[in-house]
Amino acid sequence: MDFLRIIYNGIVRENPTFVLLLGMCPTLGTTGSAVTGMSMGVATMGVLICSNMSVSAIKSVVPSAVRIPVYIVVIATFVSVLQMLMAAYLPSLNATLGIFIPLIVVNCILLGRAEAFASRNSVLRSCADGIGIGLGFTLALTLLGAVRELLGTGRVFGLEVYPEQFGSLAFVLAPGAFIVLGLLIALFNCIRKS
Amino acid sequence: MLAYISIIVSAIFVNNIVFSQFLGICPFMGVSRKLSSAVGMGAAVTFVMAFATCVTWILQTYLLVPFGLQYMQTIAFILVIASLVQMLEIVMRKVAPALYQALGVFLPLITTNCAVLGVAILVVQKEFNLLMSLTYAVATAVGFTMALVIFAGIRQQLDLVDVPRPMRGTAIALICAGLLAMAFMGFAGISIPS
Repeated sequence: MDFLRIIYNGIVRENPTFVLLLGMCPTLGTTGSAVTGMSMGVATMGVLICSNMSVSAIKSVVPSAVRIPVYIVVIATFVSVLQMLMAAYLPSLNATLGIFIPLIVVNCILLGRAEAFASRNSVLRSCADGIGIGLGFTLALTLLGAVRELLGTGRVFGLEVYPEQFGSLAFVLAPGAFIVLGLLIALFNCIRKS
Repeated sequence: MLAYISIIVSAIFVNNIVFSQFLGICPFMGVSRKLSSAVGMGAAVTFVMAFATCVTWILQTYLLVPFGLQYMQTIAFILVIASLVQMLEIVMRKVAPALYQALGVFLPLITTNCAVLGVAILVVQKEFNLLMSLTYAVATAVGFTMALVIFAGIRQQLDLVDVPRPMRGTAIALICAGLLAMAFMGFAGISIPS
């Protein structure tokens, strides 16, 4: 029961993108289409779950003075593993996401959750938090990617909704990322208030 | 010579780090409420980015590549940047207290600024030499500062405007950033033969 509540909390009440406003760079940079947004979300979720569980497991042996560097090394290790796995098994996706894969290291969501949640909770609860926050991030990125892809090219997940020539390319390019995210945050604010 | 001019113009205008590469969005949204703090943050980022890029370039060329340790790149770079920022803070407090007064508060924030790590990795990917890397880092930081200062000016004006309630804060700021990004797309037409 507790497990589900933590997951729900991560997806809705503390949604990293719409509520906490963390990790903006990959949110804007990798959501040119629904598929790339979702891949980035899943990749981040994988690292987040691993780093959350590791940080929680070693919390009693890490002196508090050096905890931040230790967390950074733990996160960087898992990111390096992910980088190598993606280069080996998903080279085309790796090329699309490019620099945003190594930059998961400096995604404030990971360090933030390690500091705010994993360093104070059990391994199982930290795992739940990783899943919840990770899902919240993935859903937000997929939604943003889907809206941009729809407005830009008339497709969602590559399936045609309306002919491409009615789309506006600006939504796939840089300006669309900022504008669509701004509108989605406003919409989320509206829903949460009512 | 032309190659350097091309790097400078491209990094500042055509491929502006904030508006077309989506790096450094967190400080861009966080520290752009006041013009004075935007200038301070810009100066601090310029300083750290130039320094960090040189150090990581030397590390990559003379340590990681000769010993075949490229897979350690992410971990090595983030540790170097984190300790460099700490060191700069200590040295600056001792040697230049006036400068520390002005930039000190921004320094801890820079460790998790993805633009610094991003530029360090991009420079390696683009296979620049040391001088080109330094030029690229400084030009990128100038582009970042320019974006931050323009945006801070807009946000100061925005405080005086009656914005619909759900759009207040981040939402309207993001939409303004989107319009600014659209303006910056105009520079995409510039091409310099290299």
